[in-house]
Amino acid sequence: MLLMTCKPDRATLKYRFCQWSVCGRAPFSSCSPKVCIVGAGPAGFYTAQHLIKSRQDVEVDIYERLPVPFGLVRFGVAPDHPEVKNVINTFTQTAQHSRCSFYGNVNVGTDVSVKELQQAYHAVVLSYGAEGNRRMGVPGEDLAGVHAAKDFVGWYNGLPDNRKLHPDLSCETAVILGQGNVALDVARILLSPMDMLKKTDITQPALDLLAESRIRRVLIVGRRGPMQIACTIKEVREMVNLPDTRPEMVAADFKGIAEAVKEVPRPRKRLTELLLKTALDVPTEKEQEKRSKASRVWGFRFFRSPVEVLPAPDLSRAAAIRLAVNRLEGSGEGASAVPTGEVEDVPCGLVISSIGYKSLPIDPLLPFDSRKAIVPNTMGRVQKTAGVYCSGWLKTGPTGVIGTTMNNSFDTARALLEDMDSGALDVSSAKPGSQGVTPLLEKRGVKPVEFSDWEKIDNEEIKRGVAMGKPREKLLSVDEMLHVART
Amino acid sequence: MCHLKNKEKLVHVTLRESSRRAAVISAASLPTQSRATCLQRGFTTSTQPLRSDNKVTVHFINRDGEKITVKGSPGDSLLDVVIDQDLDFDGFGACEGTLACSTCHLIFEEEVYKQLGPVTDEEMDMLDLAYGLTDTSRLGCQICLTKSLEGMVARVPESVSDIRQSGDGSS
Repeated sequence: MLLMTCKPDRATLKYRFCQWSVCGRAPFSSCSPKVCIVGAGPAGFYTAQHLIKSRQDVEVDIYERLPVPFGLVRFGVAPDHPEVKNVINTFTQTAQHSRCSFYGNVNVGTDVSVKELQQAYHAVVLSYGAEGNRRMGVPGEDLAGVHAAKDFVGWYNGLPDNRKLHPDLSCETAVILGQGNVALDVARILLSPMDMLKKTDITQPALDLLAESRIRRVLIVGRRGPMQIACTIKEVREMVNLPDTRPEMVAADFKGIAEAVKEVPRPRKRLTELLLKTALDVPTEKEQEKRSKASRVWGFRFFRSPVEVLPAPDLSRAAAIRLAVNRLEGSGEGASAVPTGEVEDVPCGLVISSIGYKSLPIDPLLPFDSRKAIVPNTMGRVQKTAGVYCSGWLKTGPTGVIGTTMNNSFDTARALLEDMDSGALDVSSAKPGSQGVTPLLEKRGVKPVEFSDWEKIDNEEIKRGVAMGKPREKLLSVDEMLHVART
Repeated sequence: MCHLKNKEKLVHVTLRESSRRAAVISAASLPTQSRATCLQRGFTTSTQPLRSDNKVTVHFINRDGEKITVKGSPGDSLLDVVIDQDLDFDGFGACEGTLACSTCHLIFEEEVYKQLGPVTDEEMDMLDLAYGLTDTSRLGCQICLTKSLEGMVARVPESVSDIRQSGDGSS
């Protein structure tokens, strides 16, 4: 199955003889179409995979800011979801392909410009995802004790930029704003028993801090109602089944839901039914026993939007969150939350804002839609910019699971291939590819990390993990990663 | 026999990777909940003789509408068959049969669907995320071949297109 989506040696009907006739006797590699991809997460790898598989002459170089590849598969997927990370196997195959090269530790935008990449390659694919946060935009948002979910997740997953987060887990109640899968992951990690977490690849500093955590209650708050919740059923089921926890919901939030659920498609129906059951049904004897012994509580709260984070008396940190009470207008996925004028204050010491990641522009010369926070594009072709494409969250916005990104990336690759075939993308003249970039990097004192260097980092992490009884113990700083890569 | 086959597959998998991964894979991920699905459900060949003609014919309809006929062994999952036969379905089986994605989504005829057995909540949860979900949809990694499924047809549905993405954005 590792070769499933990447068939490097299989001749396809799309092999192009015209490439040979144009280039005559020139060496093969200088004539081949050269594509560079910015970002080595799932979008980058799936785009590369599809390109390499579809044409026998395409060469793909993947540039990545960090010394390590895989993006959110490494830094976003929860430590207790290792199966989701199996895609790393297929990405590794792609990276090891003769027509693919990985260049880590290269920051496109500061170490090399997009314009320079456009000069060196026939096409540039932007797949650098969403490294910013959508802000709540409320007073008190910058108080100690308030964190963006992306940063909290980055912290427990070892993202170098988040290693100094040091969240304060000494309070009793944590409030998470947002009810997507990221919010559920955060809740689950906050409440999971230590003996479950300690076997995962969660970082040791995070594990140590969580072991001392005094958080006993996590509320996951959404603007709208139970039928608009954005998470998926698997994650809800994991909360329901989490050992040593019990659910605590507000029955009134579910008024009218049992009726409304009858008419909706199966996925929404099953999810809502699970919520109803968890919130309202009389528990079985076994479940009742679990609930009565549970030391930790979790619950969804609906129809609430944040309006202010209230500080402690000494103004040093968050002590409560003020929530506006909403009512729902309309129904289904398009229903909107309308404030009623009422507010409610919830005492808490940790506020996690999980309302969305956000893409950032990396080059002022490229078009960027700051309202939607994406690169404006049509089917992955960046608007008004020939030869530049985009895939993944940068293309469509920061929602969707890895499978969504996979299809999205395949679509961009198809558009690019179509353009090569039609001549819309001119691949007839030779381009230097990485040979046009590495001299620039050298001049600027930037030393790329190759895939074989990443493998040294990978080996080291696995080795350290064995000592801790974990699949790996991640290196936490870029310096440490580079040190291992260079040895 | 089936158990051995799963182990062989794992060894085969590990040989393709650099040697240092071998220890990790055998220790940490053997067997995940779905790698051993067919074994756990008792779909083994233990009651049948080891014969080379002990095969089940399966027809796949790919996304271009082409029919591809292959053979699998009783106890193989449909994902195993797709992989063993090197069938070229874009992105199929991303999570390697561990019920962490919906990319091995297959659609069956009513008659065949009824024979496929009960669907667990776990499978249903992931199936719910599949594009183009139908009443006769299943995840290929959870379907175990038996002789009674001889000649079955499985259609590989369309994956999400770009047009749908731009409006919706969710999975």
